[in-house]
Amino acid sequence: MLGALIIVFREVIEAGLIVGIVMAATRGVAGRGRMIAIGVAAGALGAAIVAIFAGAISQAFHGAGQELFNACVLGIAVVMLMWHNAWMARHGREIALEIKQVGTAVSEGTKPLTALGVVVGLAVLREGSEVVLFLYGILASGTSGMALFVGGVLGIAAGAAFTALTYFGLLAIPSRYIFSVTSWLIALLAAGMAAQSVQFLNNAGLVTALSNTVWDTSWLLSEGSIPGKLLHTLIGYTEQPSQMQLIAYVGTLLVMYVLMRIARYRPQRHAAA
Amino acid sequence: MRLSAASLITAAALASIVFVPLVAHAADDIAVSITNHKFEPSEIKIPANKRVIITVTNNDATPEEFESRTLKVEKVIPGKSKGIVRVGPLKPGHYPFVGEYHEDSAKGAIVVE
Repeated sequence: MLGALIIVFREVIEAGLIVGIVMAATRGVAGRGRMIAIGVAAGALGAAIVAIFAGAISQAFHGAGQELFNACVLGIAVVMLMWHNAWMARHGREIALEIKQVGTAVSEGTKPLTALGVVVGLAVLREGSEVVLFLYGILASGTSGMALFVGGVLGIAAGAAFTALTYFGLLAIPSRYIFSVTSWLIALLAAGMAAQSVQFLNNAGLVTALSNTVWDTSWLLSEGSIPGKLLHTLIGYTEQPSQMQLIAYVGTLLVMYVLMRIARYRPQRHAAA
Repeated sequence: MRLSAASLITAAALASIVFVPLVAHAADDIAVSITNHKFEPSEIKIPANKRVIITVTNNDATPEEFESRTLKVEKVIPGKSKGIVRVGPLKPGHYPFVGEYHEDSAKGAIVVE
């Protein structure tokens, strides 16, 4: 039972971290609770569908369907996170100010919510489909299935608790700084996802250039350990990154930075709007 | 809307960078099977500096996730089905892999020489 709990927990914390950060990043934006709930629900439903069609997805594109699917899911999430950060660069300050003054939610636009709702959905979809397959495997194997299944469900609960911990931990940051902190977190999150995405493209046989390992820090921090896994999701820590992964990582950060600068600049020109 | 257009253009630019270098891979087919949550063979020898395609056949009714951090592979293989894993080119060495859903028994390694 404990083994199942740990396996499921390990899968869930990745999505949990992302959901926690997204919740903190949308603090004070009206309607975000509903959007996150829709994201989680749609992601869970999608995870079940992906799990059912796992065989077909795997066989698609000469056996590279699963890798391409993962690369696309991660790629879309990266674009959504960029969109969100650009939007936040423009409106974040006003929202932070209002939270400070009124202490309650403000009714800012709903645009970043759509982007982050999609990110939440995709995170749940990707990690969730593995959890669904794992739990299905337990049920299918029968006999000692029930205790393992309970362990798996407890693993999901522990993951949800971890999400809450991330969220309230981030809320402890003073409202003046919270959006700059979450913008950084989202930028690093996106960079890590982009690096993962190009590795999936490599595994699919699509992007095989620059696959040499740049460094190996497995002796320092194993990606298999819980801290390693958390950092993997949080900042894209990879113990043996390839050249292409490094380029994707740095490139994403650069693009994100430029987009945020452009977004921040505009409202000052049209100060009246 | 202008923003989303900007992000789309960026995504397209990124995609074009990423998708340009298409390289054909070698067709060295190696087969591994999973039975009762164990890999057979559990040790695979492959040549160095070459792209290798491994066909993993899962004979169990339960799904398995073929995972290796050193090979940078994570691939779910549903029950009673096959999955293709592409690795390399690799430097000589010992590259362990596991079945993540049954890590106690599902262990193996790729030996590159």
